[in-house]
Amino acid sequence: MSDAVRTVLRGLGQTLITAGVVVLLFCVYELKFTSAYTAQEQKKLDKALVKEWDAAPTGPVGPVVPASASGTGFARVYLPTLGRKEVHVVVEGVGHDDLKKGPGHFPGTALPGQVGNLVISGHRTTYGAPFNRLDELDPGDAIVVETRTQFFTYTVQRLFVVKPSAIGVTYPVPDRRGVVPTQRLLTLTTCNPKYSAKTRLIVRAVLSATLDKGPGVVPPALQAVA
Amino acid sequence: MYAWLWRTLPGPVAARLLQYLVLLAAVVVALFLWVFPWVESQLPYSEVTVPGPESTSAPSGIPSELPAG
Repeated sequence: MSDAVRTVLRGLGQTLITAGVVVLLFCVYELKFTSAYTAQEQKKLDKALVKEWDAAPTGPVGPVVPASASGTGFARVYLPTLGRKEVHVVVEGVGHDDLKKGPGHFPGTALPGQVGNLVISGHRTTYGAPFNRLDELDPGDAIVVETRTQFFTYTVQRLFVVKPSAIGVTYPVPDRRGVVPTQRLLTLTTCNPKYSAKTRLIVRAVLSATLDKGPGVVPPALQAVA
Repeated sequence: MYAWLWRTLPGPVAARLLQYLVLLAAVVVALFLWVFPWVESQLPYSEVTVPGPESTSAPSGIPSELPAG
């Protein structure tokens, strides 16, 4: 083999190996580095939330003007059956930058406890992966949403998978556009299957208990894991 | 490429090794801080607000698809 051919082949080989390493590093970035960012943001959001709630324990429960409050935290969501660490600050908005910080409130949908459909979307595998284990929920499990003034306990009804275009799951009465709601629903959405964005996993729950906050008040669903 | 860089760096072996590692670290940091976030923003699955064919009557700012995550 001539030296020229040898040089070209060596250069090609090194380039391909380098490209492979860069792609692997991108995986590390997506699955590990982004979670470190989210953990930091969640800490900041939780601090801000505690400060805000302590300062005005009777103020508005949600973002008054959702559009201007994009990216700010306004509630906590607990998934107690998945463990005591499964608690996340919910931000307003489901844009790329919002979901980097934590699960996001789908704009225009109901606020916690309201009649209608409270829709919260979260990442499955990146950016802290708040909804990583959503598939482990079962009908009957509790999901608790904490606002400034109250704990709302929702009970899981069913889990199902839809296409990303199935925006009907966010309607006040799911899949029935324009119909006036009477139920208080909670819908969680996340990517499905894991490490893919091909479909969406949906968890549908209905409000089963409301508890006013006070000193030492903990909803029964959270006591079991406390 | 790597061999050329090794030959080009000045100083004894220990100094070259140090420079090599610093350069490598700088490249990785640049990838993590600037290149990868940009690549991520270009991936199709982070787009959630692109209007779909049926969303023309939806209010602006409301995603037309369920956000990827």
